[in-house]
Amino acid sequence: MTLAATRPVDVAAASAPTPSRGRRNLRTWATIVSFLLPALVLFGSLVLIPIGVALYLSMFKWGGFGPPTDFVGLDNFTRMFQDSVFLGDLWRGFLLILFSVGIQLPFALAMAVLLNQKLRGRAIYRLLFFAPYVLSEAITGVLFSMLLQPGAGPADHLLGSVGLQSLGGKWFADGSTVLVTIFLVITWKYFGFHMMLYLAGLQGIPTEVLEAASIDGAGAWQRFRHVTLPLLGPTIRISVFLSVIGAIQLFDLVWVITRGGPTHASETMAVTMFQFGFKRFEVGYASAISVAILGISLVFALIYQRFVMRRDLEGAVTNMRARR
Amino acid sequence: MRRLSQHAILWVVGIFVVGPLIYGVISGFKSTAQLSGNMFGLPSPWVTSNYTAVLGSAGFWRQIFSSTLIAVATTIIAVGVSALAAFVFARFAFRGREVVFTLFTIGLMFPFAVAILPLFVLLRSFDLLDNPLGVILPQAAFALPLTIIVLRGFFRTIPAELEEAAIIDGCSAFGFFWRVLLPMARPALGTVSVLAIVTSWNNYLLPLLVFNEPKWWTIPLGVQQFQGQYAADTARILAYVVAAMVPALAFYSVAERQLIGGLTAGATKG
Repeated sequence: MTLAATRPVDVAAASAPTPSRGRRNLRTWATIVSFLLPALVLFGSLVLIPIGVALYLSMFKWGGFGPPTDFVGLDNFTRMFQDSVFLGDLWRGFLLILFSVGIQLPFALAMAVLLNQKLRGRAIYRLLFFAPYVLSEAITGVLFSMLLQPGAGPADHLLGSVGLQSLGGKWFADGSTVLVTIFLVITWKYFGFHMMLYLAGLQGIPTEVLEAASIDGAGAWQRFRHVTLPLLGPTIRISVFLSVIGAIQLFDLVWVITRGGPTHASETMAVTMFQFGFKRFEVGYASAISVAILGISLVFALIYQRFVMRRDLEGAVTNMRARR
Repeated sequence: MRRLSQHAILWVVGIFVVGPLIYGVISGFKSTAQLSGNMFGLPSPWVTSNYTAVLGSAGFWRQIFSSTLIAVATTIIAVGVSALAAFVFARFAFRGREVVFTLFTIGLMFPFAVAILPLFVLLRSFDLLDNPLGVILPQAAFALPLTIIVLRGFFRTIPAELEEAAIIDGCSAFGFFWRVLLPMARPALGTVSVLAIVTSWNNYLLPLLVFNEPKWWTIPLGVQQFQGQYAADTARILAYVVAAMVPALAFYSVAERQLIGGLTAGATKG
Protein backbone atom coordinates (compact mmCIF):
# COMPACT_ATOMS: atom_id res chain seq x y z
CA MET A 1 0.00 0.00 0.00
CA THR A 2 1.34 3.39 -0.95
CA LEU A 3 0.05 5.48 1.86
CA ALA A 4 1.69 8.73 0.86
CA ALA A 5 0.07 8.84 -2.56
CA THR A 6 -3.41 8.22 -1.28
CA ARG A 7 -3.84 10.46 1.67
CA PRO A 8 -7.53 10.56 2.53
CA VAL A 9 -9.34 13.49 1.01
CA ASP A 10 -12.29 15.23 2.50
CA VAL A 11 -14.89 14.61 -0.17
CA ALA A 12 -17.76 16.70 1.06
CA ALA A 13 -15.55 19.62 1.88
CA ALA A 14 -14.17 19.65 -1.64
CA SER A 15 -17.61 19.40 -3.15
CA ALA A 16 -18.97 22.49 -1.40
CA PRO A 17 -16.65 25.32 -2.29
CA THR A 18 -18.81 28.32 -1.30
CA PRO A 19 -20.82 27.91 1.93
CA SER A 20 -19.54 28.92 5.32
CA ARG A 21 -17.17 26.72 7.24
CA GLY A 22 -19.80 25.72 9.75
CA ARG A 23 -22.27 24.46 7.21
CA ARG A 24 -19.54 22.65 5.36
CA ASN A 25 -18.47 20.91 8.51
CA LEU A 26 -22.02 19.94 9.29
CA ARG A 27 -22.48 18.37 5.88
CA THR A 28 -19.22 16.47 6.17
CA TRP A 29 -20.18 15.14 9.55
CA ALA A 30 -23.64 14.18 8.29
CA THR A 31 -22.04 12.17 5.50
CA ILE A 32 -19.56 10.51 7.84
CA VAL A 33 -22.19 9.59 10.38
CA SER A 34 -24.71 8.27 7.88
CA PHE A 35 -22.07 6.07 6.21
CA LEU A 36 -20.77 4.74 9.50
CA LEU A 37 -24.09 4.28 11.24
CA PRO A 38 -25.12 0.87 9.84
CA ALA A 39 -21.75 -0.64 10.75
CA LEU A 40 -21.78 0.91 14.21
CA VAL A 41 -25.33 -0.25 14.94
CA LEU A 42 -24.70 -3.80 13.74
CA PHE A 43 -21.31 -4.15 15.40
CA GLY A 44 -22.40 -2.39 18.57
CA SER A 45 -25.61 -4.28 19.15
CA LEU A 46 -24.45 -7.77 18.17
CA VAL A 47 -20.77 -7.78 19.09
CA LEU A 48 -19.83 -5.07 21.58
CA ILE A 49 -22.96 -5.07 23.73
CA PRO A 50 -23.10 -8.87 24.05
CA ILE A 51 -19.44 -8.87 25.07
CA GLY A 52 -20.16 -6.12 27.57
CA VAL A 53 -23.12 -8.11 28.88
CA ALA A 54 -20.90 -11.18 29.20
CA LEU A 55 -18.57 -9.11 31.38
CA TYR A 56 -21.53 -8.03 33.48
CA LEU A 57 -23.02 -11.51 33.78
CA SER A 58 -19.70 -12.96 34.80
CA MET A 59 -20.24 -11.29 38.17
CA PHE A 60 -23.56 -13.01 38.84
CA LYS A 61 -24.76 -16.42 39.77
CA TRP A 62 -27.43 -16.77 37.12
CA GLY A 63 -29.32 -19.64 35.54
CA GLY A 64 -30.24 -17.84 32.33
CA PHE A 65 -33.87 -16.95 32.99
CA GLY A 66 -35.33 -13.83 34.55
CA PRO A 67 -33.13 -10.91 35.50
CA PRO A 68 -29.81 -11.75 37.14
CA THR A 69 -30.00 -10.78 40.82
CA ASP A 70 -27.42 -12.88 42.62
CA PHE A 71 -24.39 -10.62 42.53
CA VAL A 72 -21.27 -12.54 43.50
CA GLY A 73 -18.51 -10.17 42.43
CA LEU A 74 -15.42 -12.00 41.34
CA ASP A 75 -16.46 -15.33 42.88
CA ASN A 76 -16.91 -16.93 39.48
CA PHE A 77 -13.32 -16.07 38.64
CA THR A 78 -11.91 -17.44 41.87
CA ARG A 79 -13.98 -20.57 41.32
CA MET A 80 -12.52 -20.80 37.82
CA PHE A 81 -8.97 -20.85 39.07
CA GLN A 82 -9.79 -23.63 41.53
CA ASP A 83 -11.67 -25.64 38.94
CA SER A 84 -9.49 -28.52 37.78
CA VAL A 85 -11.36 -28.69 34.48
CA PHE A 86 -10.64 -25.07 33.68
CA LEU A 87 -7.02 -25.38 34.75
CA GLY A 88 -6.87 -28.48 32.56
CA ASP A 89 -8.28 -26.39 29.69
CA LEU A 90 -5.40 -23.98 30.10
CA TRP A 91 -2.88 -26.81 30.09
CA ARG A 92 -4.45 -28.47 27.04
CA GLY A 93 -4.61 -25.14 25.25
CA PHE A 94 -0.93 -24.65 26.01
CA LEU A 95 -0.12 -28.11 24.62
CA LEU A 96 -2.11 -27.45 21.45
CA ILE A 97 -0.25 -24.17 20.95
CA LEU A 98 3.04 -25.95 21.51
CA PHE A 99 2.19 -28.68 18.98
CA SER A 100 0.90 -26.17 16.45
CA VAL A 101 3.85 -23.82 16.62
CA GLY A 102 6.46 -26.52 17.08
CA ILE A 103 5.25 -29.14 14.64
CA GLN A 104 2.50 -27.96 12.33
CA LEU A 105 4.04 -24.64 11.28
CA PRO A 106 7.55 -25.98 10.55
CA PHE A 107 5.92 -28.72 8.53
CA ALA A 108 3.86 -26.15 6.60
CA LEU A 109 7.00 -24.10 6.02
CA ALA A 110 8.90 -27.11 4.69
CA MET A 111 6.05 -27.84 2.30
CA ALA A 112 5.99 -24.22 1.17
CA VAL A 113 9.74 -24.23 0.48
CA LEU A 114 9.33 -27.46 -1.46
CA LEU A 115 6.46 -26.10 -3.52
CA ASN A 116 8.20 -22.80 -4.17
CA GLN A 117 10.57 -24.63 -6.49
CA LYS A 118 9.91 -25.35 -10.12
CA LEU A 119 8.42 -28.79 -9.71
CA ARG A 120 6.12 -30.62 -12.03
CA GLY A 121 2.56 -30.45 -10.79
CA ARG A 122 3.19 -27.96 -7.99
CA ALA A 123 0.01 -26.05 -8.82
CA ILE A 124 -1.98 -29.22 -8.20
CA TYR A 125 -0.25 -29.90 -4.90
CA ARG A 126 -1.03 -26.37 -3.72
CA LEU A 127 -4.66 -26.71 -4.70
CA LEU A 128 -4.85 -30.09 -2.98
CA PHE A 129 -3.15 -29.16 0.28
CA PHE A 130 -5.31 -26.12 0.72
CA ALA A 131 -8.60 -27.87 -0.02
CA PRO A 132 -9.29 -29.17 3.54
CA TYR A 133 -9.24 -25.58 4.76
CA VAL A 134 -12.56 -24.83 3.03
CA LEU A 135 -14.36 -27.72 4.73
CA SER A 136 -16.14 -26.88 7.94
CA GLU A 137 -14.69 -28.15 11.20
CA ALA A 138 -17.98 -29.89 11.87
CA ILE A 139 -17.83 -31.93 8.66
CA THR A 140 -14.13 -32.60 9.14
CA GLY A 141 -14.89 -33.81 12.64
CA VAL A 142 -17.57 -36.24 11.51
CA LEU A 143 -15.34 -37.59 8.73
CA PHE A 144 -12.43 -38.24 11.07
CA SER A 145 -14.53 -39.73 13.81
CA MET A 146 -15.51 -42.34 11.21
CA LEU A 147 -11.97 -42.86 9.94
CA LEU A 148 -10.50 -43.18 13.41
CA GLN A 149 -12.99 -45.49 15.05
CA PRO A 150 -10.91 -47.56 17.45
CA GLY A 151 -10.35 -51.04 16.05
CA ALA A 152 -13.05 -50.76 13.41
CA GLY A 153 -11.95 -47.74 11.41
CA PRO A 154 -9.84 -47.80 8.25
CA ALA A 155 -6.91 -46.09 9.98
CA ASP A 156 -6.47 -48.97 12.41
CA HIS A 157 -6.90 -51.54 9.64
CA LEU A 158 -4.25 -49.80 7.58
CA LEU A 159 -1.81 -49.63 10.48
CA GLY A 160 -2.53 -53.26 11.33
CA SER A 161 -1.86 -54.42 7.80
CA VAL A 162 1.65 -52.95 7.90
CA GLY A 163 2.32 -54.21 11.41
CA LEU A 164 2.01 -50.86 13.18
CA GLN A 165 -1.19 -51.52 15.12
CA SER A 166 0.49 -50.23 18.25
CA LEU A 167 0.42 -46.74 16.75
CA GLY A 168 -3.34 -46.70 16.40
CA GLY A 169 -5.93 -48.33 18.54
CA LYS A 170 -7.59 -45.66 20.62
CA TRP A 171 -7.47 -42.31 18.88
CA PHE A 172 -10.32 -40.18 20.24
CA ALA A 173 -11.48 -42.85 22.65
CA ASP A 174 -8.69 -42.67 25.20
CA GLY A 175 -7.65 -39.83 27.45
CA SER A 176 -3.99 -40.34 26.72
CA THR A 177 -4.30 -40.10 22.94
CA VAL A 178 -7.31 -37.90 22.26
CA LEU A 179 -5.50 -34.55 22.32
CA VAL A 180 -2.75 -35.69 19.98
CA THR A 181 -5.36 -37.15 17.63
CA ILE A 182 -7.25 -33.86 17.59
CA PHE A 183 -3.99 -32.11 16.83
CA LEU A 184 -3.49 -34.46 13.87
CA VAL A 185 -6.90 -33.51 12.50
CA ILE A 186 -6.13 -29.82 13.04
CA THR A 187 -2.91 -30.29 11.10
CA TRP A 188 -4.71 -32.08 8.29
CA LYS A 189 -7.16 -29.22 8.01
CA TYR A 190 -4.94 -26.18 8.55
CA PHE A 191 -1.36 -26.85 7.44
CA GLY A 192 -2.34 -25.98 3.86
CA PHE A 193 -3.55 -22.57 4.97
CA HIS A 194 -0.24 -21.76 6.65
CA MET A 195 1.63 -23.20 3.68
CA MET A 196 -0.23 -20.76 1.42
CA LEU A 197 0.73 -17.85 3.68
CA TYR A 198 4.37 -18.90 3.53
CA LEU A 199 4.22 -19.34 -0.23
CA ALA A 200 2.89 -15.82 -0.59
CA GLY A 201 5.74 -14.63 1.63
CA LEU A 202 8.36 -16.62 -0.28
CA GLN A 203 7.20 -15.08 -3.52
CA GLY A 204 7.95 -11.69 -2.05
CA ILE A 205 11.64 -12.52 -1.56
CA PRO A 206 13.67 -11.12 -4.47
CA THR A 207 15.66 -13.82 -6.26
CA GLU A 208 18.63 -11.42 -6.52
CA VAL A 209 19.21 -11.70 -2.80
CA LEU A 210 19.33 -15.47 -2.92
CA GLU A 211 21.55 -15.39 -5.99
CA ALA A 212 23.91 -12.99 -4.30
CA ALA A 213 24.14 -15.32 -1.29
CA SER A 214 24.77 -18.18 -3.66
CA ILE A 215 27.61 -16.32 -5.35
CA ASP A 216 29.06 -15.57 -1.94
CA GLY A 217 29.26 -19.32 -1.43
CA ALA A 218 26.24 -19.98 0.77
CA GLY A 219 24.83 -23.48 0.53
CA ALA A 220 21.14 -24.31 0.34
CA TRP A 221 20.74 -24.59 4.12
CA GLN A 222 22.71 -21.40 4.78
CA ARG A 223 20.62 -19.53 2.22
CA PHE A 224 17.48 -20.77 3.91
CA ARG A 225 18.72 -20.06 7.43
CA HIS A 226 20.26 -16.63 6.86
CA VAL A 227 18.28 -15.19 3.94
CA THR A 228 14.90 -16.84 3.48
CA LEU A 229 13.97 -17.27 7.13
CA PRO A 230 14.68 -13.67 8.24
CA LEU A 231 12.94 -12.24 5.18
CA LEU A 232 9.98 -14.47 5.87
CA GLY A 233 9.83 -13.13 9.42
CA PRO A 234 6.66 -11.03 9.10
CA THR A 235 4.75 -13.89 7.51
CA ILE A 236 5.87 -16.36 10.13
CA ARG A 237 4.90 -14.00 12.93
CA ILE A 238 1.40 -13.61 11.46
CA SER A 239 1.07 -17.34 11.00
CA VAL A 240 2.11 -18.03 14.60
CA PHE A 241 -0.35 -15.40 15.77
CA LEU A 242 -3.29 -16.92 13.88
CA SER A 243 -2.33 -20.39 14.99
CA VAL A 244 -2.20 -19.47 18.68
CA ILE A 245 -5.48 -17.56 18.55
CA GLY A 246 -7.07 -20.51 16.77
CA ALA A 247 -5.90 -22.89 19.48
CA ILE A 248 -7.18 -20.63 22.27
CA GLN A 249 -10.62 -20.44 20.68
CA LEU A 250 -10.96 -24.04 19.45
CA PHE A 251 -14.52 -25.35 19.73
CA ASP A 252 -16.31 -26.89 16.70
CA LEU A 253 -13.92 -29.74 16.03
CA VAL A 254 -13.77 -30.87 19.65
CA TRP A 255 -17.48 -30.54 20.24
CA VAL A 256 -18.41 -32.55 17.17
CA ILE A 257 -15.94 -35.37 17.81
CA THR A 258 -15.68 -35.82 21.57
CA ARG A 259 -17.75 -33.17 23.39
CA GLY A 260 -14.56 -32.67 25.38
CA GLY A 261 -14.30 -36.28 26.56
CA PRO A 262 -13.33 -38.84 27.54
CA THR A 263 -13.53 -37.32 31.03
CA HIS A 264 -12.44 -33.81 29.97
CA ALA A 265 -9.29 -35.08 28.25
CA SER A 266 -9.97 -33.02 25.12
CA GLU A 267 -11.95 -30.21 26.69
CA THR A 268 -11.06 -26.64 25.67
CA MET A 269 -12.09 -23.39 27.33
CA ALA A 270 -14.84 -22.85 24.77
CA VAL A 271 -16.19 -26.36 25.33
CA THR A 272 -16.27 -25.84 29.10
CA MET A 273 -18.04 -22.53 28.55
CA PHE A 274 -20.61 -24.22 26.34
CA GLN A 275 -21.16 -27.04 28.83
CA PHE A 276 -21.87 -24.66 31.68
CA GLY A 277 -23.81 -22.12 29.64
CA PHE A 278 -26.10 -24.33 27.61
CA LYS A 279 -26.15 -27.73 29.29
CA ARG A 280 -25.88 -26.98 32.99
CA PHE A 281 -27.43 -23.51 32.94
CA GLU A 282 -24.76 -21.87 35.05
CA VAL A 283 -24.72 -18.84 32.81
CA GLY A 284 -22.82 -16.62 35.21
CA TYR A 285 -19.93 -19.05 35.55
CA ALA A 286 -19.98 -19.74 31.80
CA SER A 287 -19.77 -15.99 31.17
CA ALA A 288 -16.74 -15.80 33.41
CA ILE A 289 -15.10 -18.46 31.26
CA SER A 290 -15.93 -16.58 28.06
CA VAL A 291 -14.45 -13.45 29.62
CA ALA A 292 -11.33 -15.49 30.33
CA ILE A 293 -11.18 -16.60 26.68
CA LEU A 294 -11.44 -13.00 25.57
CA GLY A 295 -8.96 -11.82 28.17
CA ILE A 296 -6.36 -14.42 27.28
CA SER A 297 -6.77 -13.74 23.54
CA LEU A 298 -6.49 -9.99 24.02
CA VAL A 299 -3.56 -10.12 26.40
CA PHE A 300 -1.74 -12.47 24.07
CA ALA A 301 -2.57 -10.25 21.08
CA LEU A 302 -1.42 -7.08 22.80
CA ILE A 303 1.83 -8.54 24.10
CA TYR A 304 2.53 -10.22 20.79
CA GLN A 305 1.86 -7.00 18.88
CA ARG A 306 3.93 -4.97 21.25
CA PHE A 307 6.99 -7.19 21.38
CA VAL A 308 6.94 -9.47 18.37
CA MET A 309 5.05 -7.89 15.51
CA ARG A 310 6.11 -4.34 16.29
CA ARG A 311 8.45 -4.32 13.32
CA ASP A 312 5.87 -5.42 10.80
CA LEU A 313 4.21 -2.18 9.87
CA GLU A 314 1.13 -3.59 8.19
CA GLY A 315 0.52 -6.39 10.64
CA ALA A 316 -1.14 -4.31 13.32
CA VAL A 317 -4.43 -5.52 14.70
CA THR A 318 -4.69 -3.18 17.61
CA ASN A 319 -1.85 -0.74 17.33
CA MET A 320 -3.31 1.38 14.59
CA ARG A 321 -2.22 4.82 15.65
CA ALA A 322 1.07 4.60 13.83
CA ARG A 323 -0.57 4.32 10.45
CA ARG A 324 -2.44 7.35 9.27
CA MET B 1 17.72 -38.07 -7.34
CA ARG B 2 16.90 -35.00 -5.26
CA ARG B 3 13.91 -34.29 -7.47
CA LEU B 4 12.76 -37.85 -6.93
CA SER B 5 12.85 -37.65 -3.15
CA GLN B 6 11.04 -34.32 -3.24
CA HIS B 7 8.30 -35.85 -5.30
CA ALA B 8 8.18 -38.78 -2.92
CA ILE B 9 7.60 -36.43 0.03
CA LEU B 10 4.87 -34.58 -1.83
CA TRP B 11 3.21 -37.84 -2.74
CA VAL B 12 3.18 -39.07 0.83
CA VAL B 13 1.76 -35.78 2.12
CA GLY B 14 -0.70 -35.73 -0.77
CA ILE B 15 -1.94 -39.19 0.15
CA PHE B 16 -2.46 -38.13 3.75
CA VAL B 17 -4.45 -35.12 2.62
CA VAL B 18 -6.52 -36.76 -0.09
CA GLY B 19 -6.72 -40.27 1.36
CA PRO B 20 -9.53 -39.52 3.81
CA LEU B 21 -11.54 -37.80 1.10
CA ILE B 22 -11.11 -40.57 -1.45
CA TYR B 23 -11.84 -43.19 1.18
CA GLY B 24 -15.10 -41.37 1.94
CA VAL B 25 -16.11 -41.10 -1.70
CA ILE B 26 -15.44 -44.79 -2.46
CA SER B 27 -16.93 -46.10 0.77
CA GLY B 28 -20.10 -44.23 -0.04
CA PHE B 29 -20.50 -46.64 -2.97
CA LYS B 30 -20.43 -49.68 -0.69
CA SER B 31 -23.02 -51.14 1.60
CA THR B 32 -22.04 -51.06 5.24
CA ALA B 33 -21.71 -54.85 5.26
CA GLN B 34 -19.42 -54.64 2.24
CA LEU B 35 -17.44 -51.91 3.93
CA SER B 36 -16.64 -53.94 7.03
CA GLY B 37 -15.66 -56.96 4.94
CA ASN B 38 -13.68 -55.08 2.32
CA MET B 39 -12.48 -51.84 3.75
CA PHE B 40 -10.05 -50.66 1.10
CA GLY B 41 -10.89 -52.44 -2.15
CA LEU B 42 -13.11 -51.05 -4.82
CA PRO B 43 -16.81 -51.65 -4.25
CA SER B 44 -18.17 -54.83 -5.79
CA PRO B 45 -20.83 -54.30 -6.78
CA TRP B 46 -20.97 -50.51 -6.79
CA VAL B 47 -23.88 -49.52 -4.59
CA THR B 48 -25.39 -46.20 -5.56
CA SER B 49 -28.25 -46.28 -3.10
CA ASN B 50 -26.38 -44.34 -0.39
CA TYR B 51 -25.79 -41.38 -2.65
CA THR B 52 -29.17 -41.53 -4.34
CA ALA B 53 -30.79 -41.66 -0.91
CA VAL B 54 -28.93 -38.50 0.14
CA LEU B 55 -29.64 -36.69 -3.09
CA GLY B 56 -33.24 -37.81 -2.98
CA SER B 57 -33.86 -36.68 0.59
CA ALA B 58 -35.70 -33.45 1.18
CA GLY B 59 -33.64 -32.83 4.31
CA PHE B 60 -30.35 -32.61 2.46
CA TRP B 61 -31.66 -30.08 -0.08
CA ARG B 62 -33.36 -28.09 2.65
CA GLN B 63 -29.98 -27.82 4.39
CA ILE B 64 -28.28 -26.76 1.17
CA PHE B 65 -30.96 -24.15 0.63
CA SER B 66 -30.74 -22.94 4.21
CA SER B 67 -26.93 -22.72 4.15
CA THR B 68 -27.03 -20.91 0.81
CA LEU B 69 -29.69 -18.43 1.85
CA ILE B 70 -27.90 -17.64 5.10
CA ALA B 71 -24.49 -17.33 3.43
CA VAL B 72 -25.75 -15.04 0.68
CA ALA B 73 -27.76 -12.82 3.01
CA THR B 74 -24.89 -12.60 5.50
CA THR B 75 -22.49 -11.63 2.73
CA ILE B 76 -24.73 -8.97 1.20
CA ILE B 77 -25.29 -7.31 4.56
CA ALA B 78 -21.70 -7.62 5.76
CA VAL B 79 -20.10 -6.39 2.55
CA GLY B 80 -22.63 -3.60 1.98
CA VAL B 81 -22.35 -2.21 5.48
CA SER B 82 -18.56 -2.64 5.52
CA ALA B 83 -18.11 -0.89 2.18
CA LEU B 84 -19.88 2.22 3.47
CA ALA B 85 -17.79 2.25 6.65
CA ALA B 86 -14.53 1.46 4.86
CA PHE B 87 -15.19 4.35 2.48
CA VAL B 88 -15.37 6.76 5.41
CA PHE B 89 -12.31 5.24 7.10
CA ALA B 90 -10.30 5.37 3.88
CA ARG B 91 -11.14 8.77 2.46
CA PHE B 92 -12.32 11.12 5.21
CA ALA B 93 -10.10 12.75 7.76
CA PHE B 94 -12.02 13.40 10.97
CA ARG B 95 -11.49 13.51 14.67
CA GLY B 96 -11.80 10.12 16.33
CA ARG B 97 -11.42 8.15 13.14
CA GLU B 98 -8.56 5.99 14.37
CA VAL B 99 -10.31 5.30 17.67
CA VAL B 100 -13.44 4.02 15.96
CA PHE B 101 -11.40 2.09 13.43
CA THR B 102 -9.36 0.48 16.20
CA LEU B 103 -12.60 -0.60 17.83
CA PHE B 104 -13.45 -2.58 14.72
CA THR B 105 -9.96 -4.01 14.39
CA ILE B 106 -10.04 -5.28 17.95
CA GLY B 107 -13.20 -7.06 16.88
CA LEU B 108 -10.95 -9.40 14.91
CA MET B 109 -10.11 -10.99 18.25
CA PHE B 110 -13.69 -11.70 19.28
CA PRO B 111 -14.74 -15.29 18.72
CA PHE B 112 -18.41 -16.23 18.78
CA ALA B 113 -17.75 -18.17 21.94
CA VAL B 114 -17.18 -14.99 23.93
CA ALA B 115 -20.45 -13.29 23.05
CA ILE B 116 -22.58 -16.33 22.50
CA LEU B 117 -24.39 -16.43 25.87
CA PRO B 118 -25.70 -12.86 25.89
CA LEU B 119 -26.22 -13.08 22.12
CA PHE B 120 -28.42 -16.10 22.69
CA VAL B 121 -30.40 -14.29 25.39
CA LEU B 122 -30.74 -11.26 23.11
CA LEU B 123 -31.94 -13.35 20.16
CA ARG B 124 -34.37 -15.16 22.41
CA SER B 125 -35.89 -11.93 23.67
CA PHE B 126 -36.24 -10.60 20.11
CA ASP B 127 -37.87 -13.88 19.10
CA LEU B 128 -35.13 -14.60 16.57
CA LEU B 129 -34.56 -18.22 17.56
CA ASP B 130 -35.49 -20.66 14.80
CA ASN B 131 -35.34 -17.69 12.47
CA PRO B 132 -32.59 -17.33 9.83
CA LEU B 133 -32.15 -13.68 10.78
CA GLY B 134 -30.93 -14.89 14.17
CA VAL B 135 -27.91 -16.35 12.39
CA ILE B 136 -27.56 -13.87 9.53
CA LEU B 137 -27.35 -10.67 11.56
CA PRO B 138 -24.77 -11.82 14.15
CA GLN B 139 -22.68 -13.44 11.43
CA ALA B 140 -22.71 -10.21 9.44
CA ALA B 141 -21.74 -8.27 12.54
CA PHE B 142 -18.81 -10.58 13.29
CA ALA B 143 -17.69 -10.40 9.65
CA LEU B 144 -17.38 -6.60 9.75
CA PRO B 145 -13.83 -6.25 11.15
CA LEU B 146 -12.01 -8.26 8.50
CA THR B 147 -14.20 -6.93 5.68
CA ILE B 148 -13.72 -3.30 6.70
CA ILE B 149 -9.96 -3.70 7.07
CA VAL B 150 -9.49 -5.30 3.65
CA LEU B 151 -11.81 -2.85 1.89
CA ARG B 152 -10.27 0.18 3.54
CA GLY B 153 -6.86 -0.97 2.37
CA PHE B 154 -8.17 -1.26 -1.16
CA PHE B 155 -10.09 2.02 -1.17
CA ARG B 156 -6.95 3.81 -0.13
CA THR B 157 -5.14 2.68 -3.25
CA ILE B 158 -7.60 4.45 -5.54
CA PRO B 159 -5.98 7.74 -6.56
CA ALA B 160 -7.27 10.98 -5.09
CA GLU B 161 -7.20 12.59 -8.57
CA LEU B 162 -10.06 10.33 -9.56
CA GLU B 163 -12.07 11.59 -6.65
CA GLU B 164 -11.31 15.21 -7.47
CA ALA B 165 -12.35 14.63 -11.07
CA ALA B 166 -15.61 13.07 -9.98
CA ILE B 167 -16.31 15.94 -7.59
CA ILE B 168 -15.62 18.52 -10.28
CA ASP B 169 -18.04 16.66 -12.52
CA GLY B 170 -20.65 17.20 -9.84
CA CYS B 171 -20.61 13.89 -7.99
CA SER B 172 -21.79 13.81 -4.40
CA ALA B 173 -19.90 11.74 -1.85
CA PHE B 174 -22.38 8.93 -2.25
CA GLY B 175 -22.34 9.31 -6.03
CA PHE B 176 -18.57 8.88 -6.07
CA PHE B 177 -18.84 5.89 -3.74
CA TRP B 178 -21.58 4.22 -5.76
CA ARG B 179 -20.59 5.02 -9.32
CA VAL B 180 -16.81 5.15 -9.19
CA LEU B 181 -15.41 3.47 -6.09
CA LEU B 182 -17.54 0.33 -5.94
CA PRO B 183 -17.14 -0.59 -9.62
CA MET B 184 -13.39 -0.06 -9.31
CA ALA B 185 -13.25 -2.14 -6.15
CA ARG B 186 -14.87 -5.17 -7.75
CA PRO B 187 -11.86 -7.48 -7.19
CA ALA B 188 -11.68 -6.53 -3.50
CA LEU B 189 -15.44 -6.89 -3.10
CA GLY B 190 -15.19 -10.33 -4.69
CA THR B 191 -12.46 -11.33 -2.28
CA VAL B 192 -14.27 -10.27 0.88
CA SER B 193 -17.50 -11.80 -0.40
CA VAL B 194 -15.82 -15.16 -0.90
CA LEU B 195 -14.37 -14.99 2.60
CA ALA B 196 -17.75 -14.12 4.10
CA ILE B 197 -19.51 -16.91 2.21
CA VAL B 198 -17.00 -19.54 3.30
CA THR B 199 -17.10 -18.40 6.92
CA SER B 200 -20.88 -18.42 7.00
CA TRP B 201 -21.12 -21.78 5.24
CA ASN B 202 -18.82 -23.36 7.82
CA ASN B 203 -20.32 -21.77 10.92
CA TYR B 204 -21.48 -24.34 13.41
CA LEU B 205 -21.89 -22.89 16.90
CA LEU B 206 -24.42 -20.17 16.15
CA PRO B 207 -26.78 -22.27 13.97
CA LEU B 208 -26.48 -25.03 16.57
CA LEU B 209 -27.92 -22.73 19.22
CA VAL B 210 -30.38 -20.76 17.12
CA PHE B 211 -31.99 -23.60 15.17
CA ASN B 212 -33.81 -26.09 17.31
CA GLU B 213 -36.15 -27.27 14.59
CA PRO B 214 -34.70 -29.12 11.59
CA LYS B 215 -36.47 -26.67 9.28
CA TRP B 216 -33.54 -24.26 9.15
CA TRP B 217 -30.64 -26.61 9.82
CA THR B 218 -27.52 -25.80 7.86
CA ILE B 219 -25.17 -28.37 6.31
CA PRO B 220 -22.76 -28.71 9.28
CA LEU B 221 -25.68 -29.29 11.64
CA GLY B 222 -27.28 -31.72 9.21
CA VAL B 223 -24.15 -33.81 8.85
CA GLN B 224 -23.65 -34.09 12.56
CA GLN B 225 -27.28 -34.95 13.17
CA PHE B 226 -27.18 -37.57 10.42
CA GLN B 227 -24.20 -39.20 12.05
CA GLY B 228 -26.11 -39.48 15.30
CA GLN B 229 -29.18 -40.87 13.60
CA TYR B 230 -27.48 -43.59 11.52
CA ALA B 231 -24.63 -44.33 13.89
CA ALA B 232 -24.26 -47.95 12.77
CA ASP B 233 -24.57 -47.30 9.05
CA THR B 234 -21.02 -46.16 8.28
CA ALA B 235 -21.23 -46.22 4.49
CA ARG B 236 -24.37 -44.14 4.53
CA ILE B 237 -22.88 -41.50 6.82
CA LEU B 238 -19.80 -41.25 4.63
CA ALA B 239 -22.01 -40.73 1.58
CA TYR B 240 -23.75 -37.90 3.42
CA VAL B 241 -20.44 -36.35 4.47
CA VAL B 242 -19.14 -36.51 0.90
CA ALA B 243 -22.30 -35.00 -0.54
CA ALA B 244 -22.11 -32.25 2.07
CA MET B 245 -18.50 -31.48 1.10
CA VAL B 246 -19.23 -31.08 -2.58
CA PRO B 247 -20.65 -27.53 -2.51
CA ALA B 248 -17.69 -26.18 -0.50
CA LEU B 249 -15.12 -27.90 -2.71
CA ALA B 250 -16.92 -26.83 -5.88
CA PHE B 251 -17.03 -23.26 -4.65
CA TYR B 252 -13.35 -23.48 -3.77
CA SER B 253 -12.42 -24.66 -7.25
CA VAL B 254 -14.23 -21.68 -8.75
CA ALA B 255 -13.23 -19.00 -6.24
CA GLU B 256 -9.80 -20.34 -5.25
CA ARG B 257 -7.84 -17.30 -6.42
CA GLN B 258 -10.13 -14.85 -4.61
CA LEU B 259 -10.10 -16.91 -1.44
CA ILE B 260 -6.36 -17.34 -1.20
CA GLY B 261 -5.73 -13.74 -2.23
CA GLY B 262 -8.17 -12.59 0.43
CA LEU B 263 -6.69 -14.72 3.19
CA THR B 264 -3.13 -13.71 2.51
CA ALA B 265 -4.14 -10.05 2.19
CA GLY B 266 -6.36 -10.26 5.25
CA ALA B 267 -3.66 -11.95 7.26
CA THR B 268 -0.66 -9.89 6.28
CA LYS B 269 -2.30 -6.51 5.96
CA GLY B 270 -4.64 -7.21 8.88
